[in-house]
Amino acid sequence: MDYKFTEDTIAAIATPFGEGGIGIIRISGEESERILYEIFKRKPEVMEDRKMTYGHIVGDDGRKIDEVLAVVMRAPRTYTGEDVVEIDCHGGIVPLQKTLELVLSKGARLAEKGEFTKRAFLNGRIDLSQAEAVMDLVKAKADKTYDVALDQLEGAVSRRIRDIRSDIMDILVDLTVNIDYPDEDIEIETYSKLDTGLSNVKEKISKLIESSQTGKIISEGLKVAIVGKPNVGKSSLLNSLLKETRAIVTDVPGTTRDTIEETLNVKGIPVVLIDTAGIRETEDRVESIGIEKSKESLNKADLAIFVMDANSGVDDIDRGIIEYLDPKKTIVVLNKMDLDVRVSSKEISALLPSAEIIETSIKNDEGVDLIENAIVSRVYKGEAKQEDSAIITNARHKNLLEKAGASIDDAMELSGREEPFEIIEIEVNDAYETLGEIIGETVQDDILNEVFSRFCLGK
Amino acid sequence: MSLEESEKNKYNYLGDYDVIVIGAGHAGCEAALASARMGHKTMMFSINLEAVAMMPCNPAVGGTGKGHLVREIDALGGEMGINTDKAFLQMKMLNTSKGPAVHSLRAQADKWQYHIEMKRTIERQENLDMKQQEVVDIDVKDGKICGVMTRTHAYYGCKAIVIATGTFLRGKIFIGDSNFQSGPNGLAPSVLFADSLKAHGMKLRRFKTGTPARALKDTFNYDEMIEQDGDEKIVPFSFMDDSLVKDQIPCWLTYTNEETHKIIRDNFQRSALFGGEIEGVGPRYCPSIEDKVKRFPDRKRHQLFVEPEGVHTDEMYIQGMSTSLPEDVQRDFYHTIKGLENIYITRPAYAIEYDCINPHDLKLNLEYKYIDGIFCAGQFNGSSGYEEAAAQGLMAGINAALYVSGKDPFILDRSEAYIGVLIDDLVTKENSEPYRIMTSRAEYRLVLRQDNADTRLTQKGYDIGLVSEERYQKYLKKKAVVERELKRLNEVTVGPKDADEFLEAHGSSKLQHRVSLMELLKRPELTYSDLAEIDPERPNDVTFHAMEEIEVRVKYEGYITKQMSRVARFKKLENKKLPQDFDYSSLDGLRIEARQKLDQIKPMSIGQASRIAGVSPADINVLLIYFEKVRREKKNER
Repeated sequence: MDYKFTEDTIAAIATPFGEGGIGIIRISGEESERILYEIFKRKPEVMEDRKMTYGHIVGDDGRKIDEVLAVVMRAPRTYTGEDVVEIDCHGGIVPLQKTLELVLSKGARLAEKGEFTKRAFLNGRIDLSQAEAVMDLVKAKADKTYDVALDQLEGAVSRRIRDIRSDIMDILVDLTVNIDYPDEDIEIETYSKLDTGLSNVKEKISKLIESSQTGKIISEGLKVAIVGKPNVGKSSLLNSLLKETRAIVTDVPGTTRDTIEETLNVKGIPVVLIDTAGIRETEDRVESIGIEKSKESLNKADLAIFVMDANSGVDDIDRGIIEYLDPKKTIVVLNKMDLDVRVSSKEISALLPSAEIIETSIKNDEGVDLIENAIVSRVYKGEAKQEDSAIITNARHKNLLEKAGASIDDAMELSGREEPFEIIEIEVNDAYETLGEIIGETVQDDILNEVFSRFCLGK
Repeated sequence: MSLEESEKNKYNYLGDYDVIVIGAGHAGCEAALASARMGHKTMMFSINLEAVAMMPCNPAVGGTGKGHLVREIDALGGEMGINTDKAFLQMKMLNTSKGPAVHSLRAQADKWQYHIEMKRTIERQENLDMKQQEVVDIDVKDGKICGVMTRTHAYYGCKAIVIATGTFLRGKIFIGDSNFQSGPNGLAPSVLFADSLKAHGMKLRRFKTGTPARALKDTFNYDEMIEQDGDEKIVPFSFMDDSLVKDQIPCWLTYTNEETHKIIRDNFQRSALFGGEIEGVGPRYCPSIEDKVKRFPDRKRHQLFVEPEGVHTDEMYIQGMSTSLPEDVQRDFYHTIKGLENIYITRPAYAIEYDCINPHDLKLNLEYKYIDGIFCAGQFNGSSGYEEAAAQGLMAGINAALYVSGKDPFILDRSEAYIGVLIDDLVTKENSEPYRIMTSRAEYRLVLRQDNADTRLTQKGYDIGLVSEERYQKYLKKKAVVERELKRLNEVTVGPKDADEFLEAHGSSKLQHRVSLMELLKRPELTYSDLAEIDPERPNDVTFHAMEEIEVRVKYEGYITKQMSRVARFKKLENKKLPQDFDYSSLDGLRIEARQKLDQIKPMSIGQASRIAGVSPADINVLLIYFEKVRREKKNER
């Protein structure tokens, strides 16, 4: 729990989230330079203090991630008063996120909101008047509820973290008892029992990382199914999205030619359109196949875009598809609003309560931007303010989960070599503490960080 | 001498001391010796001098965590290790199947000899007086201690006192439905002193502990029990002792059974524990047998050890079986146990309740916060165990001595010693039961090993004037030998021809090319002693203690280095000091609970503050920001 107050190396995306011209990753702390040289293939000698240097960020597999400009600013004349490195990426969430993940994997910790500013103050880089303002904010917020970390997590996730922690606790208890009470008449902890316990924990952590919606979106994209009966404008919508956005990946590994997926970049969010071939096909097919196809696509989707023909009204095929829709995960596109409108939003709301409805005329290019916005706001889960975005918050959780997972991996490796229990215990305990940070049980409450969160993250 | 004129007639003035120690148990003895050895005129009072270094419970010293404490006490120039080496009956290194960080030494000790050896050391110690006297009152002037009064109306002036009253303070023994005021082992309790402390505003609470029955050696059936011997190779506690020779005496292992449990269950209502008479809180980690039976109803048996009390007595101690059930029930259930069918009980088991302080009222140097010059140690601080008591006694004695000389307090932090963990836990964390040290309480236990206690502490003990020149020279010698050997092991290489036969014999894989002895020592299956066979150049000045440290440092180098980097981070927060006179209630950025806790504990550093229950990381940030602000304002003024 101490680590937050110590000068470890932190990193974050310093520019507003979304798609920009460039995106900046800022790293601060003693390890900044070392981390840079591990991922930026330039020799330290060429990196002059405060001078932009051109190069590539290269992943562990040797593949280039982005073409960047990097600058090293050595302590103490920097924003935080520590060694600072900034990497200017090409913008867009994918290279930026990949670079950040690489930085984190080299030993930096994802910065808390406002942490750069806090360091700046503690290292004497911000003047007293600003500190007064900081203290005032602290005072105003002090006695309010503080389980911020907890609020940010959905109940289900925190329950699962608690569950994993309780499994880890069981292991820790066994280890401790074996270490501290060697004379007691208790079942001796064995490496095989330990391995079983650790693998169980590891599996649960991995599952949680996989199921982390944001993690999935960032690595795989938001899976979107466009469904609807023939001739409502699905193809036009698809073409329009493809035209307006630029595809960032064309071939998604693991897909067959039968179900082509196309990945779009919708305002910085990678979006995978499921079964684009099917969308085109069903336009020419009979109704039953339309429903079947929709069903298949929906099973795989994070979000459904249900296209309806405003001109033709709700018919049995629409009703058939609606049966398979989850209203919370559906955006209804009421197309052909340029023609006579024979169906009202009210009517749709009755069939799909709480689904978002967007009126469009795709043919006339009207409303497509509204669909894009709706997709993006789904990802932000309503927290559209950039510095507060759910993605960053969850990336912190993901980072901690991965850190906990790595500790468990280390413990398993040690256990495999039958190293002493008290050495394994250190790693297991680390995992326990790290998970506690997610649900706020080791780091319960950080009002100051909340205060600093009013400054843009990364500052 | 500073009594009011009106009171002068009531007391007979009998002298002045720098430091007066109240209590002569394991805490009192270490405190008194430390203060005297640091050159201060010291007095140690005990209600009964037969109670000097008495072991009223188990006849053992050390064990997991506790063994570390003993080594640390020894490294600092304390007496417990040396005394144990004089009085042990058998010695055992625990946890040898686990890693070196948790190897823990434990001795079975001869109680009488332990007492008599310690008493003799005290009798012969320069600057130290000892007297059989009950202290009943303290004399406080201007918020400072200046004397103590005894039952016999004697007055002794002093500059500092160490309170180490153990279970004597308002002690009350419980056996079944009977209970009576008593100190441990039937000795007189100290009642008036508790009243005096309360009258001076000290807040006292009640804790409880217990001890099992003793029975005569010849009445056990040893064929029914399992013999437990000491180690073949005796490892000494003290760094002053390189080797020890003794005919060791065994202990005996046996188990309770369903019948035992039935008798206990049938008589739950007759136990003082469940009858509601006991108000004190007992330790969960050392429960009475009725607690065990109640809390673990599914357990078919509980183990117990039969341990000799000493060579001068036939009494045996029945470890693991403390109880406050009535004597008839005790006899009946002890008799159901294999090997104990016919035992004759000389002393029944009892529970004892006593007054103690909430250690939150102490500073990290063990000084009471509200009256200057009062230092506290041992069970009085809410700990349990001889070793925990001795460790605090030593630190209280050292700090009383430093206080008298007007020097800075001597504080060990959590990364330096188990002693540091123990005291920081007591002073900082919530403790609602008697506190026992455990290796799992230490964050940095790969660094805090029992083999390197001298490397960690002897220089410090020397710097404060406690470690003798003899010990210091021995330590320097060991240190030099260890460093020289580590260098030599790295330089000396062996090839397949020299080593393969040896390696095969030890179940180790053969060599492909020449390697250093250091490389070989890193193999888990090889020890430093084993390697002597292929290391003909090895000098003969490598003592046992040096060998132990060399081996651990080579085998666990990587882990130790990793942990050292964590220690470095920990130190940064410990080094951010907080003022001791700060009024936290005025800092309204803090949450209410944090203000109260910080005001009560008055942490010395940000690090300590971060360990207080009820102080959140947000509160810590408030403190960081606030004190940084204050610091800069001061700088601007200049």
